[in-house]
Amino acid sequence: MSKTSRTAITMPAQAKKDSIIEIRAIAQHDMETGYRYTEAGKLVPRDIIRFFTCQYNGTEIFRAEFHPGTGANPLIIFTTIAKESGTLQFEWRGDDGYEAFNQSQITVT
Amino acid sequence: MNQQNNQRRRWLSVFSLLSLGAWLTPILAFAKKPEAMEAIAQIVGSQTPQDGRVQLIIPPLVENGNLVALKVSVESPMTAQDYVKAIHVIAEGNPLPNIFSAFLTPRSGTANITTRVRLGESQRVWAIAQMSDGSFWRGYADTLVTLSACTESV
Repeated sequence: MSKTSRTAITMPAQAKKDSIIEIRAIAQHDMETGYRYTEAGKLVPRDIIRFFTCQYNGTEIFRAEFHPGTGANPLIIFTTIAKESGTLQFEWRGDDGYEAFNQSQITVT
Repeated sequence: MNQQNNQRRRWLSVFSLLSLGAWLTPILAFAKKPEAMEAIAQIVGSQTPQDGRVQLIIPPLVENGNLVALKVSVESPMTAQDYVKAIHVIAEGNPLPNIFSAFLTPRSGTANITTRVRLGESQRVWAIAQMSDGSFWRGYADTLVTLSACTESV
């Protein structure tokens, strides 16, 4: 069974054509490093989000790969150029079949 | 008298071992550095990254290594001909040197990435940028971490 969690995207709903917009993406996830031990001395297995992609009307504009060095509840802030009105699709994928999706609409004037 | 002397000797040897241990720890910390260099070598391949164009911003003093705000910006016009392809962040002192990799396109507009990372100890963090022409540039930042990530138990 696949896992999922809360993810959120913050970005402007409207933008001027060819202006640069900032996109903030955050996911609720422990990002278990695989280096921690329980009180009983058992190693806690690694469980992290591995990939994040952003598609602008179907074209991939940004991609990130995470390693255990990324903090819990990963936040990533990046930019893009507002080219046309449409949909931005965000996708998170991780260990143990983790997946989460977000969609945001943008109106470009 | 003799016994007292013996005890003194024992204490002296204990102290000398302790002081030796203090010298050994920094060496052990440096022993991780080759791993980070290897991680960088895996990214750049046969090329040597040039210094400059990459700016890495992390607080110089970090109280808690579990969540450190990190900002990378690369100087680039970000046009279709000349843009930043990828940014890799490598920590010298983490058990696994790779922190994250971001892949950009000309449509990114700027090469600014902000995220939050874990730092295992006081160390130097590297950012490697791959340009569209295939060249690599690097920048680094040093930081002091008072409370390390990845040592606590659950």
